Amino acid sequence: MSGVPYRMAFSLTESVKGNVLAVQEYSILSWRGLANLFSQPRYLGDILQQMDTIGVGSLPIVILTGFFTGAVLALQSANSLARFGALSFTGQLVSMSMVRELGPVLTSLMVAGRNSSGMASELGSMQVTEQIDAMRALGTDPIRKLVTPRLTATMFMLFFLTILSDLVGLAGGSAIALLLLRLDLNEYWTSAWQTLRYADIFMGLIKPVLFGYIIATVGCYYGLSAKGGTQGVGRATTQAVVVASVFILAVDLFVTRLLMVLLGPL
Amino acid sequence: MDTAIQNREEKAVVFEDVSLRFDEQVVLDGLSFELDHGATKVLLGVAGSGKTTILKLTLGLMRPDSGRITVLGQEVTAMRETDLFELRRRIGMVFQESALFDSQTVEGNVAFRLLEEKVPEAEIQRRVSEALQFVEMGHTLKLFPAELSGGMRRRVAIARAIVSNPEVLLYDSPTAGLDPVTATTIVELLVKQRDVYKTSALLVTHRLQDAFTMATHVFSHEQNRMIPVPPGASWDSKTSFMVLKDGRKLFEGGAPEIANSDSEYIREYLSP
Ligand SMILES: Nc1ncnc2c1ncn2[C@@H]1O[C@H](COP(=O)(O)OP(=O)(O)O)[C@@H](O)[C@H]1O
Ligand SMILES: [Mg+2]
Repeated sequence: MSGVPYRMAFSLTESVKGNVLAVQEYSILSWRGLANLFSQPRYLGDILQQMDTIGVGSLPIVILTGFFTGAVLALQSANSLARFGALSFTGQLVSMSMVRELGPVLTSLMVAGRNSSGMASELGSMQVTEQIDAMRALGTDPIRKLVTPRLTATMFMLFFLTILSDLVGLAGGSAIALLLLRLDLNEYWTSAWQTLRYADIFMGLIKPVLFGYIIATVGCYYGLSAKGGTQGVGRATTQAVVVASVFILAVDLFVTRLLMVLLGPL
Repeated sequence: MDTAIQNREEKAVVFEDVSLRFDEQVVLDGLSFELDHGATKVLLGVAGSGKTTILKLTLGLMRPDSGRITVLGQEVTAMRETDLFELRRRIGMVFQESALFDSQTVEGNVAFRLLEEKVPEAEIQRRVSEALQFVEMGHTLKLFPAELSGGMRRRVAIARAIVSNPEVLLYDSPTAGLDPVTATTIVELLVKQRDVYKTSALLVTHRLQDAFTMATHVFSHEQNRMIPVPPGASWDSKTSFMVLKDGRKLFEGGAPEIANSDSEYIREYLSP
């Protein structure tokens, strides 16, 4: 009989259908989350509260990762540069890598680990205890009240957290340059600063805004679609972090390439 | 005028041939019923018979596969989610597990809808404490839901549902899992809400004695408590029953009819 192949084909179409549906739901959620910003009512209080949780709460880990990344970057690049007798380019290499790539990406990955999971577990427990339904029943749009403030706050705060991470990274690099490489600090900072062009800064600051969008929409999506009690919330939380991180790295590649084409070779 | 159309405008809630299935499981199979303004309909049925589903469909929190649902003259089944929010503000729902917002205090929970509607601060305070006094929870303003017992949570949920004076109330098993004394207090609240504010209501319950208490008692203003309907009185409690089985309506009628029903299933259901 054709029972087994048929069932396999059936479960395959079912899972394809499920995935298509999930992508569709995610798209609607992320679109409406953003579109709500342009109409009343806006929940300013909720936005500020989220900015506090996401921004202020992430300060320690962003500073720590920024510092150590900048430091190890200086160490590694000095190692390569020394072979060409170009040790004085250390500042330039640290600043280019931090601003264009590592500042935005590492900050976003850290914030994804903290806040995509936080949003997924918070909204997930609200979903499985029917608090989301209760909110809808009370005449309030949960996307407007819960998703939009998280989205706004993450995009806004990640922008500034990235700038902070870039600066702390440069400082970390300068610490290595001074203490281990015995380079002239003045030279380090001047070359670090002067090598940056507008294109670099543009690229480095557009990324956190995009990544912030990913972090919040993925976190909220997994939270709002959580099913099956506390276990379901746990699953949603892990999935949110994994998907947001991979999504960030994939989008980073495309955005980098796209901006290189648009802004010209560097 | 077409009676169906007239009905939709004149009744609080109208279900017309509503069907819903989850995957292979049929939950509702062509269900039709009406709820008059000011009346209470008690929904009875075994667990999983679709009682909660009916309440969620009424609010538009779920959508049926087919059929038409009209609430307060508006066709819920034809409205978009964004348009439903306005209508939902005229309906109150008490969820089975209360579904209080656990990040907010009792006060925040009860005030939620009023804050959304930008009601002035002083009026919010007055109405919140009034609603909490109605459910005898006036002293818990600053507590969080996690600090309350199940019965207290249920009462806060009722306060949250009634604070904006809704025209229709949906109660999902408000007495489930409570001790008999607390359960009776809550039934008394429902009777009071029905007779003082003339709110239309759908009431889901597993406890038959609560349903019969609803049907056989009225609220007395003079004594500030519910009293049995005096025998031979010309007024009635406007409470009827609907029994669900396999997604269909097995029985619909008043307290005397259900008590004297000769259906095997209902007799078994009624026997303690
Ligand atoms: N979101 C859902 N997904 C799948 N099945 C559901 C869902 N909601 C309810 N059901 C099923 O529908 C049936 C009716 O549920 P419900 O209305 O909650 O019953 P009850 O009468 O106990 O309140 C149950 O068998 C339940 O498993
Ligand atoms: Mg139920």
